[in-house]
Amino acid sequence: MSTLDIKGITISVARRLLDDKEISSEELTQAYLDRISNIEGNIHSFVSVTADTAIEQAKAADNMISKGLQGTLTGIPMQLKDNMSTEGIPTTCSSKMLENFVPPYDAHVTAKLKDAGAVLLGKGNLDEFAMGSSTEHSAFGATHNPHDLQRVPGGSSGGSAAAVAGNLADIALGSDTGGSIRCPASFCGIVGLKPTYGLVSRYGLIAYGNSLEQIGPMAKTVHDCALLLECISDYDKRDATCVNSKNINYTESLDGDISGLKIAVPSEFFGNGTDPIVEKSVKNTIDKLASEGAIVEEINIESIKYSLAAYYIIAMSEASSNLARFDGLRYGLHSGKSKDWNELFSNNRKSGFGFEVKRRIMLGTFALSSGYFDEYYIKAQKVRSLITNDFKKIFSKFDVIVGPTMPTLPFKLGEKTTDPLSMYMSDVDTVSANLAGIPSISVPCGYSDKLPIGIQIMSSHFNEKAILNVGHKIEQIRGFDIE
Amino acid sequence: MSESDDITIEEVRHLALLTRINMTDHEIEEMRDQMSDILASIEVLSEVDTDGIEPTGHSVDVHSVMREDISSDSITLEDALANAPRQEDGFIRVRAVLEE
Repeated sequence: MSTLDIKGITISVARRLLDDKEISSEELTQAYLDRISNIEGNIHSFVSVTADTAIEQAKAADNMISKGLQGTLTGIPMQLKDNMSTEGIPTTCSSKMLENFVPPYDAHVTAKLKDAGAVLLGKGNLDEFAMGSSTEHSAFGATHNPHDLQRVPGGSSGGSAAAVAGNLADIALGSDTGGSIRCPASFCGIVGLKPTYGLVSRYGLIAYGNSLEQIGPMAKTVHDCALLLECISDYDKRDATCVNSKNINYTESLDGDISGLKIAVPSEFFGNGTDPIVEKSVKNTIDKLASEGAIVEEINIESIKYSLAAYYIIAMSEASSNLARFDGLRYGLHSGKSKDWNELFSNNRKSGFGFEVKRRIMLGTFALSSGYFDEYYIKAQKVRSLITNDFKKIFSKFDVIVGPTMPTLPFKLGEKTTDPLSMYMSDVDTVSANLAGIPSISVPCGYSDKLPIGIQIMSSHFNEKAILNVGHKIEQIRGFDIE
Repeated sequence: MSESDDITIEEVRHLALLTRINMTDHEIEEMRDQMSDILASIEVLSEVDTDGIEPTGHSVDVHSVMREDISSDSITLEDALANAPRQEDGFIRVRAVLEE
């Protein structure tokens, strides 16, 4: 099996090879593990590689296939971002606080993939507790962009994106609170989808900004993302915000027909900080969509320019509450030196959290404190209402909104780590989808030299089919495939 | 936001206490500078007219979900305690909360 080339292999191609017994899942899994051994040291997309359990799961998958019991994902090697709980396998959130934490249960998405017979290769690196846009804030070291090792993969699901782009996993799951799936998908030249809020259960996802975040698929093609979404998006009563959406088939409508499709292009998505190279690539792609029969109109969404400020207040406020549980007493880092509760608690959090996490907890606590609550938190929630209403108005006239995913090309490692505000500015085009809870996908649309550029497509709540189909069309007309 | 509205060292110290994060004087200063920059950038929201607008907590309708009060299986006591650094007789042992 030394001839097995896993580069650019899609779920459908792997499925055919596995079902025709041309390869076994064990051979496919071993090919990924070999590649991980060879090049993962340069990329650091994994927090942990679970080679032994991967081979066990692959053998079980081969057994299912030999009995004809396989599903779409049986025997497919994948990676999970390390903020999704995996029973018996450490789940760290790339934080010293949870370095030794072994969850006693599976997240809903973990259980779904396990039931489907997918093979877990390991856990993906992330910015600590998913707070960041570059994966440099991981307590266990930064992930590097496979397209240029001097540059960031984006974040916070940078490990997942780099693993897929570097052919270290066939598919992966990321989570997206303000762009954490779409940003690294764009920077690493793969497809990443943030589903509608409530479509995928967050049970077992370690929370950062719980009113904003969703788990979603990351893969090399839109079709693979659709297949993965079908697997993870069923109803789960353990997440009270999970909506009963009844097993939707996301692949049957991928016909690439966009004639008459109404596309809105907000000028706010091409603001001052947008790299002209990115703007040109995205606008060229929009022109191609128009020549394929889509009706394109430039519009304005005034409220979008306030989305970044509103997002950061809400996300940090929720973070300050969600991360209050990490005291190191029931689980997690335990410094063990202090005499009383408060001192121990405060020392555990001093040693357990990185500076970015501390800053967000403190800013969130500030925004929620009496005297500032109305000025910051309530104000941000009201602006969130305005943004949501503006999106509703747009979607009463248009099918999708299109713009760049990221305002720039992947930046260099270390370029923004000392200036948190410039790092936050990277999220300017992605956060509005989280505030409004609408689905959004990033699809590769071009390259500048060897650096990928992503185009972002948004639609109304639960209209994933529309953005998947536009993404599929872009794959057909952009003039290159992803390897 | 004017200079006088900058967050103070004392406020950052108080936040460190509230959030139970021990910090050095140097860290407090760095945090003050970064927080001031970020809060200044957030000030843009004061431009927005939000009179009569209701705040949004969740982007989709969220209701309290009730279930019948029927017991069902959950993780075992052993599993629940497996990550606790100190335990005794099936309980998590912690330091004194109040001074002895």
